[in-house]
Amino acid sequence: MKTTASGEGIRVIGDEARRRAAEDLADWERRELASSIARQPERAPEFRSASGIPLHRTYTPAEAKAGLWGEIGLPGRYPFTRGPYPTMFRGRLWTMRQIAGYGTPEDTNERFKYLIAEGQTGLSVDFDMPTLMGYDSDDDMSSGEVGREGVAVDVLDDMEALFAGIDLEKTSVSMTINPTAWILLAMYVSVAQGRGNDPRTLSGTIQNDILKEYVAQKEWIYPIRPSMRIVRDTIAYGARHLPRYNPINISGYHISEAGANAIQEVAFTLANGIAYVEEVVRAGVPVDDFAPRLAFYFIAQRDFFEEIAKFRAARRVWAKIMKERFGATRGESMRVRFHCQTAAATLTKAQPYNNVVRTTLQALTAVLGGAQSLHTNGLDEAYAIPSEFAMKLALRTQQIIAEETNVASVVDPLAGSWYVETLTDEIERAVWSYLDRIQAMGGTLAALERGFFQREIADTAYRTWQETQAGDRVVIGVNKYADERGGAPPVALHTVDPDAERRKVVALQRIKAERDSGAVRRLLADLVEVARDERADLMPATIAAVKARASLGEIVNALKEPFGTYRETPVF
Amino acid sequence: MQRPIRVLLAKVGLDGHDRGVKIVARALRDAGMEVIYTGLHRRPEEVIAAAAEEDVDLIGVSILSGAHLTIFPKLIDLMKKERVFGEMLLVAGGVIPEDDVARLRRLGVDAVIDQEASADELVGTVRALVEARRAAGADR
Repeated sequence: MKTTASGEGIRVIGDEARRRAAEDLADWERRELASSIARQPERAPEFRSASGIPLHRTYTPAEAKAGLWGEIGLPGRYPFTRGPYPTMFRGRLWTMRQIAGYGTPEDTNERFKYLIAEGQTGLSVDFDMPTLMGYDSDDDMSSGEVGREGVAVDVLDDMEALFAGIDLEKTSVSMTINPTAWILLAMYVSVAQGRGNDPRTLSGTIQNDILKEYVAQKEWIYPIRPSMRIVRDTIAYGARHLPRYNPINISGYHISEAGANAIQEVAFTLANGIAYVEEVVRAGVPVDDFAPRLAFYFIAQRDFFEEIAKFRAARRVWAKIMKERFGATRGESMRVRFHCQTAAATLTKAQPYNNVVRTTLQALTAVLGGAQSLHTNGLDEAYAIPSEFAMKLALRTQQIIAEETNVASVVDPLAGSWYVETLTDEIERAVWSYLDRIQAMGGTLAALERGFFQREIADTAYRTWQETQAGDRVVIGVNKYADERGGAPPVALHTVDPDAERRKVVALQRIKAERDSGAVRRLLADLVEVARDERADLMPATIAAVKARASLGEIVNALKEPFGTYRETPVF
Repeated sequence: MQRPIRVLLAKVGLDGHDRGVKIVARALRDAGMEVIYTGLHRRPEEVIAAAAEEDVDLIGVSILSGAHLTIFPKLIDLMKKERVFGEMLLVAGGVIPEDDVARLRRLGVDAVIDQEASADELVGTVRALVEARRAAGADR
């Protein structure tokens, strides 16, 4: 694979300056550095980034690899290292998008209205486990989980209640949903149509990234191949009908939370991205028709500069993939736009107020790295889903970064830092190396089927845990500066309404009793027929079924017959 | 010679968080125990049947979805039906709020191991529980 952009090998720093820097560096090492180390040795024999990249003491223009102008360039222009747009946050601040969801759709609708009143600029829906996994609220498998970790959505009426009083033409809505994403998209479009909204005005996203489910988050229903077909159909549907909507969020967040380091997060996410593009192109959709609507989702972890470099490297690698491998010609097809969330697994139960500080620093990497939207975690998330107070503080964290610190006034402010540019280059190189290995295995799906990603992640997770155990990886308040007694929860935690599950089940059963069951049966049978033809589009038949009040669980179950179900061989 | 400690680790219900359970599996294995991991999304019936068939000393169930107060009573009922309750140990892990730890203990869960437990605490707790249960079994 080609690894340089547009052949522009012009160095940012001239040869003379580089030579002088190298001489000075050698001289400095002999004099100032040697005597300093003689007096006071460094804290460790070597320093590394969280993903293991060796870190120099300091970086200079002598750094041979960094600093090709063609690799850095300008924001909004290929290779998009510096950001997808020319003006970035000077034009519009990132979307502050706190995820929310619990209980019944009416409960979550109230939280949405609260967040909008507090200045949030986009909505993000968290669904409960049964909705994510394709079970109705009244299914035996759902018992105890309805509305617990997110909101329960079974039928179209739930989607209507969820967005009651919220203008879908003006509000960008993100739905964190994967194996059942196409059904939720069908419901969302149906709600908008029912209100007389123009689908071409809808903006937002479904996550819809099934490959990272098999790799990391583990929410799946069907085997890999039919699942890829579902994703293909949603992307193709979006390209035809929803020009402002992102039909997929190709996600590194969960890959990182499952244990991957920054390099693995980017490499595996982009490998999944390649698989989706191949799938849709194979279906005959020209790459420039859909690639501009592909969106990404990365984590903001604890290694400050590595994270900023990671975002920059991800943009550059994807731009090259789209241009060189897929022959995209529009800039919009090559640029990475990404949502970002701070790293939930870095939050601790011990000394929970420390979590506010962690989240602030992580959020700053997302902003300096050029995220398009951001969720900051609540300080109480190691205990429960966040309370209203914790969400407000998390939102204020973003607002302070945006409006008090002045960091949003300059695009890609760390460009040209010898350190950040070098780190960006090294991450890029390591990502290409993974992508080449994956290619050599026969591509993303082949690597997935043989457990390659899963094993790489499990190994890194175990190593990280061992380093934390040994105290080499410090977690303040846990393995260093720990209190004698564990800290109490910081604030009044979110409590689960014990009656929400019962109310939801009653409401669903009433709808199931009152609808035209014959029509539902007929439309589900139609959907199964469509599913049997691998080339057919699932979306229209799904939209017809949800409009007749077919439930999410019924649709999922109907398709288990033609598609089959997935069972993992665990790798650990 | 005593047989090595045998542990069945399980994920029950819809919860897909398996980073922790896999680390626990490796840590117990590295400590010389025999570890069987069921994989994700198992029904309580499958877990208890597997435990009985594999004749394990201890069942470790990881739950991060908040459904522990629904799932553990089911597991305990099934253990009673299979006549392994009181013989096999049952341990909870994952995200379990402080208030629920006592409730689970009263239901008959032998220990709740916190997410932030160290490797020594984890291995030590499992070993101590199994050794105490084996000693009690030998006295009967």
